[in-house]
Amino acid sequence: MNTIFPLRPEHSVAMAPSVSIGSPANPAAWRLAWVGTGTAIVVAASLPWWGESSWMREFVEIACYLIFAMMWNLLAGYGGMVSIGQQAYFGIGGYAMLALGNFAGVNPFIAVPLGAIAAGVIAVPVSWVAFRLQGGYFAIGTWVIAEVFRLSFANMSVVGGGSGTSLTALRGIDKATREGVTYWTALVCVIAAITLVYLFLRSKRGLALLAIRDNEVAAESQGIDVRGMKLAVYVVAAIGAALAGALYFLGNLRISPDAAFSVNWTAFAIFMVIIGGMGRIEGPIVGALIFWALNKFFSDYGTWYLLGLGLMAIVVTIFFKQGLWGWVQQRYGWAVFPTQRRLES
Amino acid sequence: MIENLLQGVLLGSLYALFALGLSLMFGVMRLTNVAHGDFVVLGAYAAIAIATVLPWHPLAIGVALLLPGFGFGYALQRYVLNGTLGKDPLPSMVVTFGLSIVIQNALLQLFSADPRSLDAGALGTDSVQIGAGIALGTLPLLILIISIACTAALQLLFDRTALGRAFRAVSDDREIAELMGLDASKIYALATAIACALIALAGVLQGMRTTVSPSDGPLLLLFAFEAVIIGGMGSFWGTFIGALILGVVQQIGFQFDPGWGIWFGHLVFLAVLVVRPRGLFPRTR
Amino acid sequence: MSGALVETRGLVAGYGDAQALFGIDFKLHAGELVAIIGANGAGKSTFLKALTGLVGVPRQAVRYADEDIGGLRPGEIVRRGLAMVPEGRRLFPSLSVEENLRMGGFARRPGPWSLARLYALFPILQDKRRLPATELSGGQQQMVAIGRALMSNPQVLLCDEISLGLAPIVIKEIYDAMPAITAEGMSVVIVEQDVSVAQRVSKRLYCFQEGRVALAGDSHVLTRAQISAAYFGD
Repeated sequence: MNTIFPLRPEHSVAMAPSVSIGSPANPAAWRLAWVGTGTAIVVAASLPWWGESSWMREFVEIACYLIFAMMWNLLAGYGGMVSIGQQAYFGIGGYAMLALGNFAGVNPFIAVPLGAIAAGVIAVPVSWVAFRLQGGYFAIGTWVIAEVFRLSFANMSVVGGGSGTSLTALRGIDKATREGVTYWTALVCVIAAITLVYLFLRSKRGLALLAIRDNEVAAESQGIDVRGMKLAVYVVAAIGAALAGALYFLGNLRISPDAAFSVNWTAFAIFMVIIGGMGRIEGPIVGALIFWALNKFFSDYGTWYLLGLGLMAIVVTIFFKQGLWGWVQQRYGWAVFPTQRRLES
Repeated sequence: MIENLLQGVLLGSLYALFALGLSLMFGVMRLTNVAHGDFVVLGAYAAIAIATVLPWHPLAIGVALLLPGFGFGYALQRYVLNGTLGKDPLPSMVVTFGLSIVIQNALLQLFSADPRSLDAGALGTDSVQIGAGIALGTLPLLILIISIACTAALQLLFDRTALGRAFRAVSDDREIAELMGLDASKIYALATAIACALIALAGVLQGMRTTVSPSDGPLLLLFAFEAVIIGGMGSFWGTFIGALILGVVQQIGFQFDPGWGIWFGHLVFLAVLVVRPRGLFPRTR
Repeated sequence: MSGALVETRGLVAGYGDAQALFGIDFKLHAGELVAIIGANGAGKSTFLKALTGLVGVPRQAVRYADEDIGGLRPGEIVRRGLAMVPEGRRLFPSLSVEENLRMGGFARRPGPWSLARLYALFPILQDKRRLPATELSGGQQQMVAIGRALMSNPQVLLCDEISLGLAPIVIKEIYDAMPAITAEGMSVVIVEQDVSVAQRVSKRLYCFQEGRVALAGDSHVLTRAQISAAYFGD
């Protein structure tokens, strides 16, 4: 029996959670994609020797967008927590890295992951407050929290207050080396982020996450520690966002509260995920690439460009509910990172 | 000290007007309108645009904008936002986020980033003497009166009228409300319509009281949101009081340092969230 | 067509990927009280939801008063005279008893049922009419739910498990009100967990089993053994 029965979407109907098990739809394409990815990584790692420095800078920027979007996607698409305040951790990552580098004499490249971990630690008490809210109110509440961080850092003269400060710890290193190592750091971070998220979602914990997302109450009754999992995802997403932030300001060499804690970061993440599709690993990757391309060609148009982005977000959400990439997936049956488990019928 | 309190109350009464619409939309259909603050700014700019061609007093423009605001909200909900409602809060959030960006940039394109305001004439500069050397502006006092009236009207609408019953029923259980013959999509549209009429008025008043610029929206959203949470969900009077409290807290913060008022408000909001997650005056549902 | 007021032939329905009904043939004649029994998950509630438009079905799948009404919106169906007392009562918590009843009258058709008549049938509701509906006892809430459905003056009343969670004496009280409800010729379908109650009050009954009609017949003729077999699917 192959009919799908019309669901009135506005009617809350009890449904079995949509989890399925099996192999990807097209194994040959999948294997090809893995080989291609491996080659790409090797080529990418060698870039400092044959590529232009502007390419490396661009890559670092895309890497930041990508990691931030992936983490936002993890939080929203898999954790079921839509946040408009992840920029809080982006900024904390940046400032932590800078503080460690400028004041504690830590090598800034090492300070990047350290800053990320610092954000993870901060995320725990923040969650005690944020988790008081649900759904849409959680989203705005996290925004308020991000604003609190922004205003707080803007009042700290030790890091330059409202106008910000520079990353002095890298002053001694020559440009080529600095750019090369920054680039490699970005490359490592991207690969690590993608790998970790992929492994996490394929694991039992990932499955538990999907169960929670589909039906919290049912998941709880199955013995899943809902609260614990949500906290875990929130902390991981914070670490990831901070990683992106630390990386960004490592490349930028200068930080300010308005740049670090701008809600635009979350806006960009939303755009990338909307284009690429939520709840799919390759979605943010596709989204980040397209977004970067759009930026390259259209950001000169300033307000018109942003207006177009806004319109696009509206149109895609209403008409392409699974994101543009998700639509492509459905159309052609592709899946590069199979974390969708399908019921073989 | 008393003066601070009073000024804070007056400030808060405008926040209340922002917050009522948010409370209404969330209460009836669990919709988080990220563009809420931008709608307020849009209302202000609409009035500014009208004021350049019509020699009316801004208050008159404000009243004139009530109906278009109503229509705008109705159409928006009926034809755009209704399609985003459902168990997942994300679609409505992304669409309204997109709207927020569109409005901010459209306003930037049309009016530039310079702050603008509405000339309220004598109303904006007059003041009333209250006791020991304390003078309160007539415009803020008027805003307070309008704010109280709107809160009372909304609460009455919800508690005593058939439409209010419909709002409550649809928000309780949409499926069963439709079983009774209610058309949820029209009811939702009416809720947003009322909210947008309020927002239009609030925008005009904001433009009279202070300056507006295209990027002001998000901050106003946060104020409205904080007012709703502090006051407690489910009650318009609660939202009103929450807004007053926010206004007072901000005013006290401003006294210490101009940059601290808003920050202080955020902190108090977070404190209330930790200590009293349901708000100070929640209505049990 | 056999002149039945409500009829379905081979009705299939489900939720998304999950099919719940696999071909239901059902008839209700004017003035009848028909019962549907069956184990949990047999599809009884889904069937009622298909009749009232809460679950989508093809247009010709449900026929009522010589009109195909399958898949119409619930509001359009209640305006045609099919009202439901939903499973679990599902009163509006933000509304008082009287407001809940008034909501039922939103799509009212001409007929004898009114607030006054409901209060005459269930006097306790008049005493408690200003209280939030969910503050009442289970049995009283059930009365509100039934009253709410009656307020639209339906021709057909669908009752989904109205005895669920209620003490026997309360169940008796509620079913004792049935004659007053059906006095003017209203047709009723009850979905019941309690087989003995179903057999006692109904004229005919259907037994659902895993989305199919396993048994159908006159309530007073069917034996315990037949019903058991159909119920459990031996």
